[in-house]
Amino acid sequence: MKVLVAVKRVVDYNVKVRAKADGSDVDLNNVKMAINPFCEIAVEEAVRLKEAGVATEVVAVSVGPKACQEQLRTALALGADRAIQVEVEGSVEPLVVAKLLKGVVEKEAPQLVILGKQSIDGDNNQTGQMLGALTNMAQGTFASEVKIDGDSVNVTREIDGGLQTVKLTLPAIVTTDLRLNEPRYASLPNIMKAKKKPLDVLTADDLGVAISSHVTQLRVEPPAERQAGIKVGDVAQLVDKLKNEAKVIA
Amino acid sequence: MSTLVLAEHDNVSLKAATLSAVTAASQMGGDVHVLVAGANCSAAAEAAAAVAGVSKVLVADNAAYEHQLAENVSLLVAEVAADYDNVVAAATSAAKNTLPRVAALLDVAQISEIMSVESADTFKRPIYAGNVIATVQSSDAKKVITVRATSFDAAAAEGGSAAIESVVSVHDAGISTFVGEEVAVSDRPELTAASVVISGGRGMQNGETCKLLDGIADKLNAAIGASRAAVDAGFVPNDMQVGQTGKIVAPELYIAVGISGAIQHLAGMKDSKVIVAINKDEDAPIFQVADYGLVADLFSALPELEAAI
Repeated sequence: MKVLVAVKRVVDYNVKVRAKADGSDVDLNNVKMAINPFCEIAVEEAVRLKEAGVATEVVAVSVGPKACQEQLRTALALGADRAIQVEVEGSVEPLVVAKLLKGVVEKEAPQLVILGKQSIDGDNNQTGQMLGALTNMAQGTFASEVKIDGDSVNVTREIDGGLQTVKLTLPAIVTTDLRLNEPRYASLPNIMKAKKKPLDVLTADDLGVAISSHVTQLRVEPPAERQAGIKVGDVAQLVDKLKNEAKVIA
Repeated sequence: MSTLVLAEHDNVSLKAATLSAVTAASQMGGDVHVLVAGANCSAAAEAAAAVAGVSKVLVADNAAYEHQLAENVSLLVAEVAADYDNVVAAATSAAKNTLPRVAALLDVAQISEIMSVESADTFKRPIYAGNVIATVQSSDAKKVITVRATSFDAAAAEGGSAAIESVVSVHDAGISTFVGEEVAVSDRPELTAASVVISGGRGMQNGETCKLLDGIADKLNAAIGASRAAVDAGFVPNDMQVGQTGKIVAPELYIAVGISGAIQHLAGMKDSKVIVAINKDEDAPIFQVADYGLVADLFSALPELEAAI
């Protein structure tokens, strides 16, 4: 069984991103970039399927400028067998990413496609579901457990209030939630080996996809700041303030 | 102009988040219709018809929609959407699952988790875990939008008298089936709908001591939440997580106990009306957003608080 894993290059999750003073965009000068944390979980899950003898090949794909090859090398160091970069300039919308990934799915014919549930830059939470609609594949989003069972996969999903399990006909799509697994660290020998693994580059033209734009970002701004309040001396004073000043408890 | 709101429901009752989605839809202008897709869901449809501001309710009542499987419901919504300018739903886990499929079937973008409607085509939404607010303009003729429920007031659940119409078309993609569900049963209010939330963090130290929150929650009719640190440490189940990747809450009163206040947690609760922080570390970032901060050991402060309210 072939598994396709999508990864995205994003700002490292430890970086506190700010809006530029003129509000034109976010300030990403000289910030550390990394593989999106949810995508890292997706790679880990695919590699574990291979280690368990369920998957035979793990192919990592990323849509982005040349710099995203760095994140593909990370995926290869974590255990992916080969990589595909779909070269695009600048940022592309989730719908376009989904169309490009559909092109890769048609070329590669994987039985399972694993993606992160959302990227920590745009926070859209769309690409996996859109890919599902475009390819008419079933989806197990926000997965906390993935079990392959013959020609189907059982996915346990994190939903409001608890967990839900669905059975999906393969080929299918899984998007990862935080608790699906804990990704490993790449070892130095594996990082060295990753440099020799194959990495192909495709263009949108190769995949027959026109890059379109549906949404324009007009401006960005920092969120409304909350004023820090006061410190109270003890529980009695706290209860008094809540009752008589804030009037939020009776 | 007309907007279709996809209802969040359990076939019997309407979820409160849908009322916020109706408010957002009303702000987009024009008629607001609600689609209730489910099985034996007439009670939920009647509840939707009673919501103020809703002029029509469409009901698709079929076994294929019973568990809100995205593969089936998205086909239905995409078909019904032909008659509307906007498709809107509260950004619950069900809508997050389904609506991007609808958008892709319609070949349009989805605008996720809007916080405000600036005009018919312009919206504000948080990006980078809420560190930045983006104003975005859609050029799609048909817009698919999810709504951050805490950013919009709930429409009145009573007072409307919308007509109810059946949608007869049945879409069963036949590629997914529901196996089972483990939903926590609790007498407490739902985390995202409660007017008081009390959350514990790493400072609770273990799952046993989290029970110190129970008595206070009972007295205040509060929902209990947790920080990611408390969930990752296994103190509580993950559906209790408040934060950027968990639940977004904005109650009247939010009490953070033993929570340091990581940005991901703040993103999930900083729109609460009144925030109380109890933490023994006086430099904890949570105090920067708290209206009332108490520097104290939670193991003595919590029993005192329970006794005092």
